[in-house]
Amino acid sequence: MTTTEERPVGFGRMPRKEDARFVRGHGTYVDDVTLPGMLHGAILRSPLAHARIVSVDTSAAEAHPKVRAVITGETLAGLGLAWMPTLSYDTQAVLATDKVRFQGQEIAFVVAEDRYAARDALELIDVEYEPLPAVVDARRALDPDAPVIRDDKEGQTDNHIFDWSAGDEERTDGVFAAADVVVEQDMLYPRVHPAPLETCGTVADMDAITGKLTVWSTTQAPHAHRTIYAMVAGIPEHKIRIIAPDIGGGFGNKVGIYPGYVCAVVGSIVTGKPVKWMEDRSENLMSTSFARDYHMHGEIAATKDGKILGLRVHVIADHGAFNATAQPTQFPAGFFGVFTGSYDLAAAHCTVTGVYTDKAPGGVAYACSFRVTEAVYLVERMVDLLADRLGTDPAELRMRNLLRPGQFPYRTQTGWEYDSGDYPRALRLAMDIAHYEDLRREQAEKRERGELMGIGVSFFTEAVGAGPRKHMDILGLGMADGAELRVHPTGKAVLRISVQSQGQGHETTFAQIVAEELGIPPEDVEVVHGDTDQTPFGLGTYGSRSTPVSGAAAAMVARKVRERAKIVASAMLEVSPDDLEWEKGRWFVTGDPDQGRTMTEIALAAHSNLELPEGVEGHLDASCVYNPPNLTFPFGAYICVADVDAGTGQVKVRRFIAVDDCGNRINPMIVEGQVHGGLADGVGMALMQVIAFDEDGNCLGGSFMDYLLPTSVECPSWELGETVTPSPHHPIGAKGVGESATVGSPPAVVNAVVDALKPLGVRHVDMPLTPAAVWRAAQGRPLRTDLAIT
Amino acid sequence: MRITVTVNGEQHTRDVEPRLLLVHFLRDELGLTGTHWGCDTSNCGVCTVWLDGTPVKSCTVLAVMADGHEVRTVEGLAHGAELDPVQQGFIACHGLQCGFCTPGMMMTARWLLDHDADPSEEDIREAISGQMCRCTGYENIVRSIRWAAEHGGAQGTADAGTEPAPGREEVRA
Repeated sequence: MTTTEERPVGFGRMPRKEDARFVRGHGTYVDDVTLPGMLHGAILRSPLAHARIVSVDTSAAEAHPKVRAVITGETLAGLGLAWMPTLSYDTQAVLATDKVRFQGQEIAFVVAEDRYAARDALELIDVEYEPLPAVVDARRALDPDAPVIRDDKEGQTDNHIFDWSAGDEERTDGVFAAADVVVEQDMLYPRVHPAPLETCGTVADMDAITGKLTVWSTTQAPHAHRTIYAMVAGIPEHKIRIIAPDIGGGFGNKVGIYPGYVCAVVGSIVTGKPVKWMEDRSENLMSTSFARDYHMHGEIAATKDGKILGLRVHVIADHGAFNATAQPTQFPAGFFGVFTGSYDLAAAHCTVTGVYTDKAPGGVAYACSFRVTEAVYLVERMVDLLADRLGTDPAELRMRNLLRPGQFPYRTQTGWEYDSGDYPRALRLAMDIAHYEDLRREQAEKRERGELMGIGVSFFTEAVGAGPRKHMDILGLGMADGAELRVHPTGKAVLRISVQSQGQGHETTFAQIVAEELGIPPEDVEVVHGDTDQTPFGLGTYGSRSTPVSGAAAAMVARKVRERAKIVASAMLEVSPDDLEWEKGRWFVTGDPDQGRTMTEIALAAHSNLELPEGVEGHLDASCVYNPPNLTFPFGAYICVADVDAGTGQVKVRRFIAVDDCGNRINPMIVEGQVHGGLADGVGMALMQVIAFDEDGNCLGGSFMDYLLPTSVECPSWELGETVTPSPHHPIGAKGVGESATVGSPPAVVNAVVDALKPLGVRHVDMPLTPAAVWRAAQGRPLRTDLAIT
Repeated sequence: MRITVTVNGEQHTRDVEPRLLLVHFLRDELGLTGTHWGCDTSNCGVCTVWLDGTPVKSCTVLAVMADGHEVRTVEGLAHGAELDPVQQGFIACHGLQCGFCTPGMMMTARWLLDHDADPSEEDIREAISGQMCRCTGYENIVRSIRWAAEHGGAQGTADAGTEPAPGREEVRA
């Protein structure tokens, strides 16, 4: 591989192509789009969590001189659009007609001449409510006397959504009955919000003459959105163009279709003008897709000498008022089935019960890899609890139980086939970087002095790259992705992909993939994405699927081009294709390396009058669809060192060591950046982020004053390490990395803090580990962190 | 109200509503969309610009308060075709991913280096602690600003001109 640090022809570190526009302030985000005659939309939202709507009076708003239209649920009902399908075969109100079911739910949409006037007009709408008791605590949602939230659904007489299970219950019960040691723990993975700094929004422009709808949208999945708009609104799909321009962070928040998008489309149809809708921060935090909200009961069984035997889990999953989670159809609890983690178990079983509550709908969001985050948190906390019970060092206990390299491909007790791994090597490297033994010595000395220092270890296995279309679809759309590659006569290339960068650097990484395969500089490859009129179909970017799925498609389509180039080269050199060999960028004659043709020469010849063999088309363009044979399974070992102030409960993450193995790295600089960001996410979730509610269903995390995100002073300088275990089934051996650190870091932080509090007899604290939560735990009075109920 | 604001060295006069936020004035009235909006509560800092040489959060400043004053935005950071060392540092050290917080971060970084030629990592973290980034975990932002300090970025540019500052070392990414 002829890569250089400065200027790789293919894989390697290189600065990003997209940065030139961003550092000049010349990015184009949705809110930067201004069209001639454009109007502005704003949404009236419910102040109550659960209430019947008695009346909605919009007459004063309509009389506002700058208002062009006011759309209500009634307006939409007339168009058959008051409800829309969610990504989980449920329904969601676009604008409420009968009831409001969470605080912040959409009731009316005002279209006005400017954004200030639109907001003014919201104040003029008069809504009469009949308040109803709210269901806030997911653990009480199935109580017989709980109010029924979804009485709009025929036959729905309670707040139950689904039951799902994985693993072998009987065998697991047997293993537990025979085990020397069983440890159990209730734990909450609280509701959090991904909070990308750019909120969600759209500019919708319906051309009444051509019938073409163009939508600039903050979407991670433009093609899926196009299909769903077609299904929902009845607009022919070829008359819909979704443009995802630069996206200011997504993290899962921009997967779903929100009522505001639909309202902007309707607003444009009604007014005949383009309509922009951008939510404000409170709307973003209170109404768009949250993440987690898993109430878990875990049990772990082991022998007395520390061989882990089994895991048993029950989860109450809070899905909010509408089941709008974006999991593959057969997986209502996502990939929670990977809760068996990185260990060789004899048996495992889990059940997940999904419930409705009077909270915002969603559940996909936040770098979650389809619930792997919750699964990894559970198993890694349980292993630490077991280590505590057995009096074993938690790193040592993990090392003893990790899967061995010789066990791959490994079939888990819940049916997943892990592709490859060398787990002990990763953990050993993390311990070496941390100087683990020295840390334990330091901790012992500090404990002597009464200081609270903790060392937290976590080991994770991710399941990403969804997925094999046979098993995985969203709303019936198989999770395969297309790619198209054109090589122009002068040897410059254009790659068109289905996935959508929200900052991951696709314009650089995907150019490097093609460069690696064709042996041309990445600078000579233009990557086109984010426009459904210009790119092939695919499901978009979430669940760390860009490199595992679309990256594979890019490599495969480049290989197609390379094979076509071989035939052209054989015609140019007047030899049989069988006599040609490839070296990066060039086909040459076996045994006579001077006789060869570069890709640039071949490209020109392919477009020339060169006579090609019978049946061979000219040009070098190709397309492909990649259907992954399996998921990929990146993994890593993380160690967190935290100091806790005994007087205030404040946690300081002093060091954080992260060893990631995501298979082959295309651009290590970008991979490391992805890990850095995920670690900050994890520290934030562990220490401060929570969307909590009071007993009336009022959202207590509706602004950045209340929903705390980590800043530069809460984050340590991350210490990274890497091992490389390529995926055997991926064309370039890459596994995906976007979410690894978000998945792996929260348990390391919590394990560290609980370890620090060990001398005080604390064995578990629920996230977020705010000073109040830590201080209360130290007093033996744990705090319920998701509800303002003590 | 009629206001005149000097933005990146150029005077702009507009009639605006007294309640218009500076961030909306810059974006919607002047088309300078490099300055972003993110939170309404002065927490996220993506709207950070300079007002008379000091970083402010433009979502919490009324446009009328900038009447007669000088504003500098990300569009005024480069020196003609030459990028400011801060901009070069962000490219060289992968200090940005989605790019949404980047303009605000760079404006604060520029201010910091104008006032402290050799900031420590801790100084840098303190300086940007009023701004959020959801992508980078701050690590490479800190490194980018250090890179700028070490590559001619420490020389003052408080006059906010579009010409290169006298004596500026020419560094290209």
